Amino acid sequence: MSALLEVSGLQVAFGELRAVRGVSLTVGKGQTLAVVGESGSGKSITSLAVMGLLPAQARVVEGEISLDGVNLLDLAPEELRRLRGEELAMIFQDPLSALNPSLTVGYQIAEVFRRRRGASRAVATGRAVEAMAEVGIPDAAERAKAYPHEFSGGMRQRVMIAMALALEPRLLIADEPTTALDVTVQAQILRLLRERQRAGLAMIIISHDLGVVARTAQSVVVMYAGQAVESGTVAEVYGTPAHPYTLGLMAASPSARTGRRGIRPIDGNPPDLTALPSGCAFHPRCPFARERCRTETPALRPLPSGRTSACHFAEEVLAHDRAAGA
Amino acid sequence: MIGYLVRRLAQAVLLLFGAVTIVFLVLRVIPGDPAALILGSQATAQELAAKRDEMGLSDPLLAQYARHLGEIVRLDFGDSWRLGGDAFAAVLDRLPATITLAGFALLFTLALGFPLGVYAARHKGKLADRAVSYFSLTGQALPAFWVGIMLVLIFSRTLNILPATADGSALALVLPAFTLALPFLGWLARLVRNGTLEELGRDYVRTARSKGLSERVVFNIHVLRNTLTPVITVLGLILGNFIADAVIIEQVFAWPGIGSLMIESIQNRDYAVAEAAIILIAVFYIGLNLVVDLLYFALDPRVTLETV
Amino acid sequence: MSERSAVRRRLGVGPAVAATVLGLFVLIAVLGPLLLPYDSVATRVGDRLLPPFSTASDGSFALFGTDQNGRDVLRQVIAGSRVSLLVGITVVVVGGLVGLVLGLVAGYYGGWLDAVISRIGDMQLAFPSILLAILLAGALGPSLTNVIVALAVTRWVIFARVVRGSALTTRGREFVESAKVMGASDLRILVHYILPSCVQPLMVASTVQVGLTMVAEAALSFLGLGVPLDQASWGSTIANGRDYLASAWWIAAVPGIALTLVVICIGLLGDRAGDGSAPAKEVAAR
Repeated sequence: MSALLEVSGLQVAFGELRAVRGVSLTVGKGQTLAVVGESGSGKSITSLAVMGLLPAQARVVEGEISLDGVNLLDLAPEELRRLRGEELAMIFQDPLSALNPSLTVGYQIAEVFRRRRGASRAVATGRAVEAMAEVGIPDAAERAKAYPHEFSGGMRQRVMIAMALALEPRLLIADEPTTALDVTVQAQILRLLRERQRAGLAMIIISHDLGVVARTAQSVVVMYAGQAVESGTVAEVYGTPAHPYTLGLMAASPSARTGRRGIRPIDGNPPDLTALPSGCAFHPRCPFARERCRTETPALRPLPSGRTSACHFAEEVLAHDRAAGA
Repeated sequence: MIGYLVRRLAQAVLLLFGAVTIVFLVLRVIPGDPAALILGSQATAQELAAKRDEMGLSDPLLAQYARHLGEIVRLDFGDSWRLGGDAFAAVLDRLPATITLAGFALLFTLALGFPLGVYAARHKGKLADRAVSYFSLTGQALPAFWVGIMLVLIFSRTLNILPATADGSALALVLPAFTLALPFLGWLARLVRNGTLEELGRDYVRTARSKGLSERVVFNIHVLRNTLTPVITVLGLILGNFIADAVIIEQVFAWPGIGSLMIESIQNRDYAVAEAAIILIAVFYIGLNLVVDLLYFALDPRVTLETV
Repeated sequence: MSERSAVRRRLGVGPAVAATVLGLFVLIAVLGPLLLPYDSVATRVGDRLLPPFSTASDGSFALFGTDQNGRDVLRQVIAGSRVSLLVGITVVVVGGLVGLVLGLVAGYYGGWLDAVISRIGDMQLAFPSILLAILLAGALGPSLTNVIVALAVTRWVIFARVVRGSALTTRGREFVESAKVMGASDLRILVHYILPSCVQPLMVASTVQVGLTMVAEAALSFLGLGVPLDQASWGSTIANGRDYLASAWWIAAVPGIALTLVVICIGLLGDRAGDGSAPAKEVAAR
């Protein structure tokens, strides 16, 4: 299986502040990768960096983002722009603010065909209606004439998906696609995304909701304070976390498999990126922390069965999992 | 929805009523005997008293006020002693000139202020941006009537390319309209600049970029569309101010509109005409404010009357 | 980072220059007429319309030239600065005090008092303040006092609105509530708690209004509705100069430049104090 997207050693800075501090991840063709972590962990910034849509104050200081072996960071802005929509697409957490309030949704989808494929207004509008119908928006021809605020949250996210997938990109980045939605609508949106997955779409799904991830992704990267702290297949990482932070996330998540232990939030607060703790950034909140964690920054290292963890005591954490599971 | 319209309309009528009252108070409570004014200094005391009775000036103030309100509702402001004939008709006669002037000033404001604001936003923090910012501040501080005179000095007296006063040609509009526009031009530019920058930071701009749209399309279609809404609503306010500011600017350029008529009337104590002019200006001012409020609903699809 | 601080440094010079110019203006307005007195009736036909940098027949140097009656323009402008300053300050003090009291009462007590005061204010703002000033000044007749009255009457609303807004927010604050519980009198609360919160916004509004008032005075005098002709005002000198634009541009130009300079400097300081935001209010307050 060859990789579609490969991010390695990515570092993104806002002025002096490092928001992403060396993240590597791989998405195979037609595969879905989940990126999980608390807000401020750098997961959204990472995905914006892939899209080439970082805010003006932010810049990539190091690393490589290669799509099919081409480093996107070497491309001219104009070349990167042509990849957006065509190869890479993205949907966002809040579809209401992500859609232009004063253009009809039909226009906003149709303009992709018009501007990128040179379709006439009539043809583009027809394709937009088809795209809306395909994502399950009833009465699409009529609804295309409506404005974003006239849709429900779930329907708006469907519009976003129709728009993002209009040019049949190979990779879709979904940044918290269901967070703003209620549970039944969440399930519908996830079902829609999984249909596209089966049709061969590769995805990066960003979420703090481990349940969403479990039902959608094959592999997962856990991020903390701008770094990847654990990665592996969903089954492995969920079944036997190899990093104390992942363990904490599991315990704090109501919908994860480990919910039976009861919800127990992680002690302490996410770290202040301007004043990171020495050594392992997680050590002040970590129940496994020792002296070594305060002084030595752990590297992301491979564990047996091809997964990775950035914990000095990963083996101990794994042993703990097995004891708790028994 | 109908409720809001009715409420807003009632409010406008109330404001107009207030304006009429204030004008009445200023004109009736202030020293100066209208009867003496009409009859001149030769009149005897008996003649004066008779004239005062005839004009209803010896009645109690409240009675005068009630009668006056009735007259104004019928658009009867009395006759102009200076021009002879109906005061309101005299004002209406001058209205087209003022509207033309204000209209052209609005055109100048839009045609120059909007691009200037967009340019400043695109060059945020650079020299051009600060220049627009200073221009905006200066434009608002300048005494417009003096700017008008200086424009005459430069373009009429020195370069001799534009007429200084209304000579019937379309060119005669240029200097007064520009003078009127100047303070608002910079103001609009700043409004557009700030609005554009705000819109540029919104999520939908990122979405538009994520679709691979060119920066030109992102800006011209997505951003400008949203910048335009507040601008269009504010144009009504600007137009209202133009009609008010025209009172002084018309005087500078001897422009035959209601403004110069009002000043001439006040200078000659022809209060019937002055009152008709000022009330008409107030009607425009209040009316345009009303239109602005209603336009806001028409332009922004998010705002429905139910949400008010 | 360094680019931004450079911008700030460049902007930082503005207020200092503005303050210096304004200081100079006040000094000239107060002392100038004593050093270079202006006589409005003296006419010297021989010195008519002398350009700037001329020497008059009595050997005096006419820096800014003379007008059609041979009167020195510099002296006129200096005399006008006094009127300008006097009107600007007095109107803002009088209008500001009236606005302060009514705004405090409206904001603190609320209810029908607030309704009455606010509605009167709305009605007055229903037509542009310069129109009301023209009407009042015209009806009262030309005099310095009348100009001040006419302008103060049109300005109080703006101050009252500013003060009312601050009073309204402060009224709901916890320390005011607790003072009430402790049995403090309304007057005490108004003076000790509400008033201090209104000072800063009132000062910002006052700064801006001094400039606007000076322009309004010049406009009234320009229209012949301001100070009487025997008193020099920048506005009347400009009006006078308008008739001699072709032959003696300096008569209209010099007082206008003085007025513009002063008003822009006030604007710069006000912009600094008020952060220059809320342009919509600026237009509404014109």
